[in-house]
Amino acid sequence: MRPEPPRRIADYLPLAFPAIMLTVFFVMPFGIMVMVSFFRRQQGGFYTPDFVLESYARFLSTFFGGVLSFSLGLAACVALICVIVGFPFTYELARAKRWVQVCWLVALLSVLSLSEVIIGFAWSTLLSRTAGISNLLVWLGMMDKPVALTPNFGAVLTGMVYQAFPYTVLVLYPAMARLDPTLMEAARTLGSHPLKAFLTVVVPALRNTILATFIMVFVFALGSYLLPQLLGRPQHWTLSVLITDQAVYQSNMPFAAAMAVFLVLVTLSLVGLALLVGRKDAAT
Amino acid sequence: MTGTLFRRILFGLVALFMAAPLIVIAGVSVNAQRTLVFPPVGFSMRWYGSVFTDAAWRGSLTASVVVATLAAALAVCIAFPLSWFLWRRHAPWARVFQMLGTAPFVLPPVITALGFLAFWTTVGAYGQPWTVVVAHGIFFVTLPLVTLSLGFASIDRSLVEAASTMGADDRTILRTIVLPLIRPYLISGFAFAFVLSLNEYIVAYMAVGFTLETLPIKIFNSLRYGYTPTMAAVSILFVAVAAVIFGLIARFGDLPKLLGAWSSKD
Amino acid sequence: MSGLVLEGISKRFNNVAAVDHVDLSVPNGTFVCMLGPSGCGKTTLLRTIAGLEEPTSGRILIDGKEITKLPAHQRDFGMVFQSLALFPHLNVGENVAYPLRIRGAGKADQVKRAEELLALVDLGGFAGRPVSKLSGGQRQRVAIARALALSPKLFLLDEPLSALDAKLREAMQVELRKLQQRLGITTIVVTHDQREAMTMADLVVVMGNGRIQQAASPVEIYRKPVNSFVADFIGSTNLLPVRQAGDGQGVSAPGGTIPGVALGAGRDQATLSVRPEDVHLVPADQAPLTGRISFIRDLGASIETFVDAGGTQIVAVTSPRERAAFQVGDTVGLRLDPEACRVLAS
Repeated sequence: MRPEPPRRIADYLPLAFPAIMLTVFFVMPFGIMVMVSFFRRQQGGFYTPDFVLESYARFLSTFFGGVLSFSLGLAACVALICVIVGFPFTYELARAKRWVQVCWLVALLSVLSLSEVIIGFAWSTLLSRTAGISNLLVWLGMMDKPVALTPNFGAVLTGMVYQAFPYTVLVLYPAMARLDPTLMEAARTLGSHPLKAFLTVVVPALRNTILATFIMVFVFALGSYLLPQLLGRPQHWTLSVLITDQAVYQSNMPFAAAMAVFLVLVTLSLVGLALLVGRKDAAT
Repeated sequence: MTGTLFRRILFGLVALFMAAPLIVIAGVSVNAQRTLVFPPVGFSMRWYGSVFTDAAWRGSLTASVVVATLAAALAVCIAFPLSWFLWRRHAPWARVFQMLGTAPFVLPPVITALGFLAFWTTVGAYGQPWTVVVAHGIFFVTLPLVTLSLGFASIDRSLVEAASTMGADDRTILRTIVLPLIRPYLISGFAFAFVLSLNEYIVAYMAVGFTLETLPIKIFNSLRYGYTPTMAAVSILFVAVAAVIFGLIARFGDLPKLLGAWSSKD
Repeated sequence: MSGLVLEGISKRFNNVAAVDHVDLSVPNGTFVCMLGPSGCGKTTLLRTIAGLEEPTSGRILIDGKEITKLPAHQRDFGMVFQSLALFPHLNVGENVAYPLRIRGAGKADQVKRAEELLALVDLGGFAGRPVSKLSGGQRQRVAIARALALSPKLFLLDEPLSALDAKLREAMQVELRKLQQRLGITTIVVTHDQREAMTMADLVVVMGNGRIQQAASPVEIYRKPVNSFVADFIGSTNLLPVRQAGDGQGVSAPGGTIPGVALGAGRDQATLSVRPEDVHLVPADQAPLTGRISFIRDLGASIETFVDAGGTQIVAVTSPRERAAFQVGDTVGLRLDPEACRVLAS
């Protein structure tokens, strides 16, 4: 049935519940949050309805600037590593036998759904002094003494890469699965060594997909809240941690809201950019 | 062939990376003593049992499962009429609701969490257990929305036309043709939302963190205030549950197709 | 007034008329084939009759009752779609019984009627099979059985045989015709295959550009096409531009004259349609119309001879017995039987 425009009132009925729910429970909370970011903060955890920009003014402090640049830098590192490893991995995965693909997809989905808490716990254990890799290496005789590899920047990075990697693969998967297999074959018949063919044919063909994926993983990593706390020191805390800290522990809702609004704007523009860039690939 | 060798090494390294933390946790979870040590000293499965016998952990488990079930159901109840409407009717303006449905999931979770915190505080319902059901339901609407959109797109419209030439009105078509065909996508959407809700921390924390301890909240609190191997046991259980659910979906459905490949029944 | 009547039916999409002022009257029990090239509007017209499209203007009546505004599910029609549209989640028997099921028929009635219908299309005993395990021809029959479940007033088929291979197709054409005659049900089939139309139909409706070009029996369409569109679409034909020649000489065509043909009052020039089998090859001095043979195609069962007459190509079809008579490069005479020549407007 060719979709026709709705004509009677009854035709609009199915939309009623979703529309109400999404408006009341998403648009409104969001709107309230934006409003609160302009409110005046009061000591003791309250805020009065007002319109001031002092919360946004705190953006200009060096502290906030430091946290912001750290968050962006960390997210960029995570995205870079994930894409560099994930791209060839997903390419190979999409060409593997069906049962291999299904096994890996189930495994990756399971890891993806793992709580950030569990991932943090797992890696802090793995990198700890009493129960981690170093214990294994000591046991194998490769090290003298067990050593704590956490908390530090490397631990945070590792944990976040672990969390973001399955996401990277799932974002790249459709594009890889739909890639024309004859591209590589053509390159090979023209005498190109497989690695060279991969680098000179596949990578350029999917240039925009890679870029779009990088952006999506970047956004995903920006949202990491627990791992910086569990695997790093306060200097490693990201914007998400700061927002929660201000909202819950410092009771400074307006400032938290202002940072959140800022984060939303950054995220939306990046996602929009990713969609635009990704669409160019799909169109070719 | 260097190609196959390269692939084997790559897959092997990634597999090792992915599995290492889980192996360690599994090892830690069977440690006989209440200490965090690997390789495990002594073997005991009692920590798995304590998830169900210890009142605090059992309470968290129940809370998590109940919240996840209700939230996933809510997400599906929102996503289904919306995706049906978008498929059945020509209404470009309704796409705004589709965007609203996708937005919470695309944004960093802390944003949604904060938004709900502000909302529940303003409305005066902060801390009530049902607030986290609503929060999760909205937050995870994207998942059934995506699976259902895929599902509806795969329904051959001539089936609907054929049914109407045989005398079926809209409601009958929905009941006898659409629902049976969309069922796998309904189930997988529910399953995705359920699994993610089980594991979700920050939205739950900001909504009911001080009154209701879901399992992720309890694990985090335990990390700060005292370690028990029960945490490790819970973690392994979570992974197992997720693997089983996704495995079932893979068994009864076409998982590669659900994730964006062309239909790979070749 | 009984049967199906279409009065002034038009259907526009975005200011483009897919169906343009169609008038048609179909008596009960007739087998109609709507024929035409793709894009001519035949499928749109069928869907409008079925109620899947609402006409922009015009009326549809069945047995005197107007049904123009009636939604599809309230019309008493059975339809077979080009994709067959068999429900994948139901087996053969459930598919066929679906129309009864949604009207609340009991399980026993459903099973009984399904068996009756499947026997009618030679698929007795197939009720329990899943749809995916059927061959193309079998699925075709299930779709037909299902459409006939409620003994509808009108049986509509949209390019039903296009997915079948050639031999199966020809067999199904005959079967479909026999089935229709047995049930006496008014049937409308849309097809782009003129041989199919000629085989099955009582009434052939040739459509082009959204309009009915001609509606008549197959033989009449073939022998007496009303315009060059119809003449060219049905079978193959030679279309010759002709003018009035001097008194008693008939008409002049490229390559000579054709005696015995009159253009009719008030006409100075026209297009003449003559089928290749009505063009006879004779020695050049025995006919007033001549040309040179440019190509001969020997198809085994017949021979096609392409003759260049005054710059225009004329094709003649002859039997294999005349194989050795002429060769490429020969000048031949073309004798046309005036009875077989149709004068069409230019």
